[in-house]
Amino acid sequence: MSRRVINRRPSRGGKIFWGAAPFLIAVIVYLVFSALRLAENPNDKLLPGLATFGAAIHRMAFTQDMRSGEILLWADTASSLRRLGLGLAVATSLGLIFGVATGVVPYVRAGLSPFIAVVSMVPPMAILPILFIVFGLAELSKVVLIVIGITPFLIRDLTLKVGELPGELLIKAQTLGASTWQIILRVVLPQILPRLADAVRLSLGPAWLFLISAEAIAATDGLGYRIFLMRRYMAMDVILPYVAWITFLAFLMDWALRKFNQRCFPWLTSEAS
Amino acid sequence: MSQVSVRNVWMEYPGQIVLERINLEIASGEFCVLIGPSGCGKTTFLRLLLSMETPTRGEILLDGEKLPGEPGPDRGVVFQRYSVFPHLTVVENVILGLEFAGSRLLGKLFGPARRRAIAEAERVIESVGLTAARDKYPGQLSGGMQQRLAIAQTLIRKPKLLLLDEPFGALDPGTKLQMYELITRLWREEGVTVFMVTHDLKEGFTLATRVLTFDKVRNDPDAPGAYGATITFNLPLGKAAPLVAA
Repeated sequence: MSRRVINRRPSRGGKIFWGAAPFLIAVIVYLVFSALRLAENPNDKLLPGLATFGAAIHRMAFTQDMRSGEILLWADTASSLRRLGLGLAVATSLGLIFGVATGVVPYVRAGLSPFIAVVSMVPPMAILPILFIVFGLAELSKVVLIVIGITPFLIRDLTLKVGELPGELLIKAQTLGASTWQIILRVVLPQILPRLADAVRLSLGPAWLFLISAEAIAATDGLGYRIFLMRRYMAMDVILPYVAWITFLAFLMDWALRKFNQRCFPWLTSEAS
Repeated sequence: MSQVSVRNVWMEYPGQIVLERINLEIASGEFCVLIGPSGCGKTTFLRLLLSMETPTRGEILLDGEKLPGEPGPDRGVVFQRYSVFPHLTVVENVILGLEFAGSRLLGKLFGPARRRAIAEAERVIESVGLTAARDKYPGQLSGGMQQRLAIAQTLIRKPKLLLLDEPFGALDPGTKLQMYELITRLWREEGVTVFMVTHDLKEGFTLATRVLTFDKVRNDPDAPGAYGATITFNLPLGKAAPLVAA
């Protein structure tokens, strides 16, 4: 019993218990305060009870909207994921191309890295009005906001990661007769791809932030649009499930990228062992 | 043929002379070991041979021709660490040199060409004793096995010069002895000229046909960078093929 705190570790079951505890506490605290407010005013909208949530979820996720004939949650999810996916795909491609080029080719680095360092300091939300003016209020400006928001980070992160590859490996490849292009293709890219997946994981948060901001300002559908629309009616019974749904989607994407790394790059785990 | 001439080579950095007045004539097929205290330019000299750097003065000739300005397949190298590609298995590491030569655009061979490359690689893998590990990643290999893989990978391009930068520095004594036997056998079979940097005197005299010692002959205590190191002893050991101590 005299062991230090840093040496005491929870068992497997203990880990599940301690991991679940904060979630349970949050739910219990919510339910208690919700019950207290509802006891005072049965029409309270701020902390709705479980039944109200159930009804709202049923209305948004399983019933056709009377005006548009669509099921709103799925329509919103599809629009948002389309924008997010497109933005992430473009940003990832640009990040990979420019990150590897600046990391490998000294002349590209000399020419581009000061420019990228400055551009990455421009707050993307500050140029959102410019995007709306240039690209209009339709889909393009929202996708462009995501791209502008996360591409500089991806480029800088990948440039750093390429720089962290041991110089010995690049010399070795040259002594095996590789050209610059072959070095990029066979030595740099395969070792950088798992780092790319990690960088994309880290930029998922900002990507959602930019998506929801853009949808909140100018959109006719999408998860962010719906939340900000419901705010006008103080419809917490819709807003909270939407937030939970967005969180779940983001978590799922993060998890998928992590699994992708484990599955596709078996040498990573062997390197660590 | 792989004869090396070094003519009055100086290597200077701003405010510091690292190497001065290096002159050498090394016949084809010699096993040269470079020894000397830390920071006296042994590794710098190896980097010059590899064209990772260019000498400030003088020139280095390989078979009478000036060295190209960048590393190439005529000079193979094994470093102390990071000599093999962690994302490729043993067999993939070894065929890589053949793939670079055989496929300009993709750097990757397919079909019959790939099978031929693998067959050739398997002979080299067998000669360094890694056949049982052919599909493992370097991360799953011991330090000695990784260095054997690095040597196999280098030999498949049949370099004129083999440059070894403390290749056995991180290995345990038993593994070192095995590596001495291996490198001696491969050196004899391939007829390659070897330059090896080491800190281990015994290792040097065990393997070499010629020992080159690097040291500073002049020293100014007020300006440590004013004079560089040079080759203080150039000892031919008078043996065509060194015997490996058991």
